[in-house]
Amino acid sequence: MTDAAELRSRAQELLAAHPPADTGRLDFLRARFDAGLAWVHFPEGLGGLGLPRSLQPVVDAELQAAGAPDNDPRRIGIGLGMAAPTILQYGTEEQKARFLKPLWTGEEVWCQLFSEPGAGSDLAALGTRAVREGDEWVVNGQKVWTSSAHLARWAILIARTDPDVPKHRGITYFVCDMTDPGVEVRPLRQITGEAEFNEVFLTGVRIPDAHRLGGTGDGWRVAQTTLNNERVAIGGMRLPREGGMIGPVSKTWRERPELRTHDLHQRLLKLWVDAEVARLTGERLRQQLVAGQPGPEGAGMKLAFARLNQEISGLEVELGGEEGLLYDDWTMRRPELVDFTGRDAGYRYLRSKGNSIEGGTSEVLLNIVAERVLGLPAEPRTDKDVAWKDLAR
Amino acid sequence: MSTQPDLLYSEEEEALRAAVRDLLTDHCDAADVIARCESDAPHDLSLWKALSDGMGLAGLLVPEDRGGQGATHREAAVVLEELGRAVAPVPYLTSAVVATEALMACEAAGELLAGLAAGRRIGALAVGLHLAPGAAFATVRLDNGALHGELTGIADAAVADVLLVPADDGGLYAVEADRVTVTPQTSLDLTRPLARISLHGAQGRRLGDAELAVRRALRAGAGLLASEQLGLADRSLTETVRYLKERKQFNRPVGGFQALKHRLAQLWLDVAGLRAAARNAADALATGEDADMAVAVAQAYAAPVAVRAAEEALQLHGGIGMTWEHPVHLCLKRAKADSIAHGTAGAHRETLAELVDLRAP
Repeated sequence: MTDAAELRSRAQELLAAHPPADTGRLDFLRARFDAGLAWVHFPEGLGGLGLPRSLQPVVDAELQAAGAPDNDPRRIGIGLGMAAPTILQYGTEEQKARFLKPLWTGEEVWCQLFSEPGAGSDLAALGTRAVREGDEWVVNGQKVWTSSAHLARWAILIARTDPDVPKHRGITYFVCDMTDPGVEVRPLRQITGEAEFNEVFLTGVRIPDAHRLGGTGDGWRVAQTTLNNERVAIGGMRLPREGGMIGPVSKTWRERPELRTHDLHQRLLKLWVDAEVARLTGERLRQQLVAGQPGPEGAGMKLAFARLNQEISGLEVELGGEEGLLYDDWTMRRPELVDFTGRDAGYRYLRSKGNSIEGGTSEVLLNIVAERVLGLPAEPRTDKDVAWKDLAR
Repeated sequence: MSTQPDLLYSEEEEALRAAVRDLLTDHCDAADVIARCESDAPHDLSLWKALSDGMGLAGLLVPEDRGGQGATHREAAVVLEELGRAVAPVPYLTSAVVATEALMACEAAGELLAGLAAGRRIGALAVGLHLAPGAAFATVRLDNGALHGELTGIADAAVADVLLVPADDGGLYAVEADRVTVTPQTSLDLTRPLARISLHGAQGRRLGDAELAVRRALRAGAGLLASEQLGLADRSLTETVRYLKERKQFNRPVGGFQALKHRLAQLWLDVAGLRAAARNAADALATGEDADMAVAVAQAYAAPVAVRAAEEALQLHGGIGMTWEHPVHLCLKRAKADSIAHGTAGAHRETLAELVDLRAP
């Protein structure tokens, strides 16, 4: 039997043993995890079967057709996209057994405590301190831009454990319990009016050494796994034609001929072409991955979509004319997920400004493309061999 | 769309690329192209012979039972990427793609098509290079079985053995080149020169319907031109990156300055997009699925990228890029001419406006 046929039959067995109609949502998700059908590329016993990632759609389609519940992946994107691959690669057997199942079912939401007010693009300069006390670490500092912190049970955290060595070497990676009394989460209101993300203040937070991921001082290397997966998650969505931001503005153009001008027409057509080419580039990248020849294009997809989202939504606000002067709702809310299409053009315009900042600014990504893809030299550096405590700040 | 287009290169296509690149490395040196382009014979007919007669590449688009190789637009696109990269002065796009496609649309093409496919003869469609698929084209007057008139902007006509000439009766006629006057026009792109054709009572053989043949020929030409533009853009980027790693000013490689790195990284991203769009167009022409759309998208995207790649190459090479001796001007002139060839990006956007129902005010 082929892998795909085997997976279909396993999915049918799961459905027979746990009919979705008579099974609670969480019970079904837990059973799916135990059957190795959660993420087939994960190892057996951890929700997978050690199969190629490209076979996952076989399972998803089979279960979706039977009306089975999913784990609402958009709500738990940080856990699935960033924490899970990092735990899989660097976690102990105990950590994998403890964290991965409730992460995948969504029973435990995860957030990411990386950026700080003084460490953005230069993340390795972070100053949140973790000091060893017996079998525990005591953490003090401030993190920022933390999506889902108010919902999260756990966080992936990087903190400084040795200030006397150069910055990349003195960082350690932890799993932080968000219910610790020293964790304070404050919403951070953004230009859209709502608060998707938070400031997180860490005061005397105690983390058992058993919740360290990777070696002491090895946190920067561990964090690369997280960040690379973040960029894949942001840039790697598969879209149909007109599937992204170009969809709503094209629809408005077709339905509201009275709004059309020649200038907007030229700009719309250019952006429509750019959006279609970005979609094809993403599709080509996906085909390369399936063929086992990953190309460097992944690094560029986030750059392309950030620019497109901003330019298209800017055009859409202008197309609105009088309506472009209005805004749907400034009420401060704490949404569980970002929904670009559920709101008006003004929201899309403002929210997409974050696309070139979150998950690595476009400027940093251009450096990455220039250095890692094109092989151009790095800028001369003044911080590589200086102890963290002696850096200018 | 029923299926996803195949946007990759197969192993066979990569082998074809390697073979063409080897040939061009040995026989299409930039200095030779520059020296040749101002001579009386700007085309490299010995290179053309090696490509067509030697490697059989002129017949890629022609079925085996009509005298060709029975390959597809995907393989022809790979050849054009390499010819574009080398700015090779050979009539591949004009004869092996455009004239060949025109003949394949005609019932009475027979021997002539086989001759083009085998590389025994070079053909040129006598329609201005600037015209987009679907645009109105000039015709000559048919009078008592003889053709009269003048046509301008005909690419590679100077080396054509046979011209495919649209006449005012709606027919497409094969006219032997030695029966007409071909006058070279001083062209922006010296490696794909244009010519004026004057017909004073030349005899022609009617091949078929001109409208259908020209439309099909220009669509294939426009779609595969994107692969030539990809080759040009990729060469401009690669050469510029190589140069900026070597060139030192202020005691460091110029390529280490962030202002330049960002420009090159952005260009790389645009070239990656062009590769996807060009592969999509080649695949769509090969399968016949969604081809009008794929060609229009590729042509609306390709020209600005290829032109900017060449312009950035010139600027980032500094003064040396401004010299006749340095090959960057070959890329710039070809890229700029290509931005008009088979329709500007704007003309293709107008086509798209109809195709995807985003109509003008």
